[in-house]
Amino acid sequence: MLQTRDFSHYVKDVDGRIAHLDLAVEGVHCASCMAKIERGLQSIPDVTLARVNLTDRRLAVEWNKGSTLEPGQFIDRLAELGYKAYPYEPVRAEVEEAERTKFLLRCLGVAVFATMNVMMLSVPVWYGGDLSPEARDFFHWLSALVALPCAAYAGQPFFQSAFRALKAKSVNMDVPITIGITLALGMSLVETINHAEHAYFDAAVMLIAFLLAGRFLDQKMRQKTRAVAGNLAALKAETATKFVGPDEISEVPIAAVRAGDIVLLRPGERCAVDGTVIEGRSEIDQSLITGETLYVPAERGTQVYAGTLNISGTLRVRVAAAAEGTLLSEITRLLDHALQARSRYVRLADRASQLYAPVVHATALLTIIGWVLAGASWHDAIVIGIAVLIITCPCALGLAIPAVQTVASGAMFRAGVLLNAGDAIERAASVDTIVFDKTGTLTLPELDVVNAAGIPLEVFDLAGRLALASHHPVAAAVARAAHAKAPLPNVVEEPGRGVRTVFGGQELRLGSPAFCDADAEANQILSEDPEVSVVAFSRGEQRVVFAVRQLLRPDAAKTIDALTNRGIAVELLSGDREPAVRHAAAALGVSAWRASVTPAEKIAHIEALKKQGRIVMMVGDGMNDAPSLAAAHVSMSPISATHLSQATADLVFLGKELAPVLAAVDYSRKAMAVMRENLGLAIGYNVLAVPIAIAGYATPLIAALAMSGSSLLVMLNAMRARRGRRGAAPWK
Amino acid sequence: MEVMVILVPLALGLGLLGLVAFLWSLKSGQYEDLDGAAWRAIADDDPPLPPPANVPAEKRG
Repeated sequence: MLQTRDFSHYVKDVDGRIAHLDLAVEGVHCASCMAKIERGLQSIPDVTLARVNLTDRRLAVEWNKGSTLEPGQFIDRLAELGYKAYPYEPVRAEVEEAERTKFLLRCLGVAVFATMNVMMLSVPVWYGGDLSPEARDFFHWLSALVALPCAAYAGQPFFQSAFRALKAKSVNMDVPITIGITLALGMSLVETINHAEHAYFDAAVMLIAFLLAGRFLDQKMRQKTRAVAGNLAALKAETATKFVGPDEISEVPIAAVRAGDIVLLRPGERCAVDGTVIEGRSEIDQSLITGETLYVPAERGTQVYAGTLNISGTLRVRVAAAAEGTLLSEITRLLDHALQARSRYVRLADRASQLYAPVVHATALLTIIGWVLAGASWHDAIVIGIAVLIITCPCALGLAIPAVQTVASGAMFRAGVLLNAGDAIERAASVDTIVFDKTGTLTLPELDVVNAAGIPLEVFDLAGRLALASHHPVAAAVARAAHAKAPLPNVVEEPGRGVRTVFGGQELRLGSPAFCDADAEANQILSEDPEVSVVAFSRGEQRVVFAVRQLLRPDAAKTIDALTNRGIAVELLSGDREPAVRHAAAALGVSAWRASVTPAEKIAHIEALKKQGRIVMMVGDGMNDAPSLAAAHVSMSPISATHLSQATADLVFLGKELAPVLAAVDYSRKAMAVMRENLGLAIGYNVLAVPIAIAGYATPLIAALAMSGSSLLVMLNAMRARRGRRGAAPWK
Repeated sequence: MEVMVILVPLALGLGLLGLVAFLWSLKSGQYEDLDGAAWRAIADDDPPLPPPANVPAEKRG
């Protein structure tokens, strides 16, 4: 059969002559990777540009359109260099996020320019004992000239947001900011026209600069997370092998598969679509969907779902739904419902600002009224009122939480945890119960040989080399365990049974016990441990049976122990059969476990825990876990999880170990503590500064110093979130 | 004091120049890969030089 690969879906046209392709690349860590990739691709004739973005782990390639180059060639070249890559198409949300970050940075640049220059102009006014009134007016007018246009431009993020909030008849933090800035600038202009001694231009622009710094940090964190998440999605984006003619197949991105198409599903491939088998006979591993580790048979008429793994035979599948539509409607419905139920959570920053805005407005208003009642002129009263508004303006508050989130997300990233949701830290900090799924979460996603110790090395080695020829996941486990590198020659695959070859004058076979005539040995292993899968190997008269199963993550027991020591209750909830779950629970020392649980029952269980007042984190990877991930207060998925679960999870963890779960809890708790401290600092500063402002003693110099001082303090304090609860890594 | 009339606009002009430079660098994408930029500065990007053509092969060492 003729096979081609078609990634033209992703190629963009630059100016009619140059073709452009973005690739997400896995495993780029350092400058040498960057140089290796760029040189490796630039050495291909007709390539005009190859540039790696080390921050986003992406690669942009451009080449002359007239050449015969194809996207697949770049992927092959990268594979030769040792990097896995996949065509990447930025989603709209990510493009918007990047645009917004750029806009904030532009505003920040303008605001910092204005602050520095207006400050420079203000210093002579503050200290100018012998400054003539004309010179003072000159400085004030120059300040106005710089500050007004700059504030009009750089203040846009706040003005727009405040306007939107007011239009929706609500108040957010940007409303007092906008009022403060506008009043300060307007009043300063009036003062300047009236040749008054002081103007507030410096305070207004500095306020904008500090607040923008906070916004920028917040935005940057989210943008980075989204970029990494986008890469992961691209690298996981499975392709499908589609029939483009009766005997011609082409590997295409899932986005190019439509309902009604026929796709080929070979052994060892993960199904990317929902559909019906129209030809072939095989076994299907549904563990990612149901948590059930035993294989189910598939034949003509069987329904297959995206995320399932084809084990032994080649299938032709008529697509019922692809890409967006692959999810079981039941799961989608449960998911929507669960997500709705969760959206009531209010972020700490929003809660703080909801309290803050009315208090600030009321204080300023009462100050003005108070001074007028006390006999001051309207003019003086309003000047003092503005001082109150500026000094209370949530400068430190605006920085307090984003700064901590940025620092903590960096620290968590280094510990192997990615943040998927902006408020994941706040959610994870309060967790007191963690519910784990078993398959793929507590266990490694791949299978491993458990009886390796009892098998002669030479036999193991041969079996491993033979196994390299098979796509079967159980065979792959044997090849991995044997560290096999050199495949044996002339291997013949017998679909549904195994592989065989002649080597060293003897026939070697690897496959089902019947195929290798090893039923007796296999039955003996199965009677000792019914949980394992078996694969047999025969060489002449010699028979060996490998027992294969999913192993627990290497540090699972230690991590669960550490979690329990932190006072967190741990439960195990799995869709797998009872003996398998009991075995895992016993090995991990978890007493609260349930087996054969359906997705709906999982949600019900989590809801019941929530009703008891527990704050639940769900850790799971399967599609059957997605709704319960959404139902829990906070959720976490391993990187090997299905698309849907990862999209639903607040946190995603990398690597073979379970330690990131512990790290997520520890770093979140630490970060939350620092956030609270920062809010305390911001409030404490106001308690000190506001009476001074109300009393009318807040000269612009004092306001400026107080404001920068409090902002620097919260920034420095935020750095402390870099360290977890016990100083370093969770238990290392 | 008169000198201020020259110096202050001059200072503002320099500041403005800095701002324009910043906006230009932002627009030209220089902040898009800060991690990579840090490494590119010290990367050894020249390919190894070919041996000089006029030296006999046995003397190249």
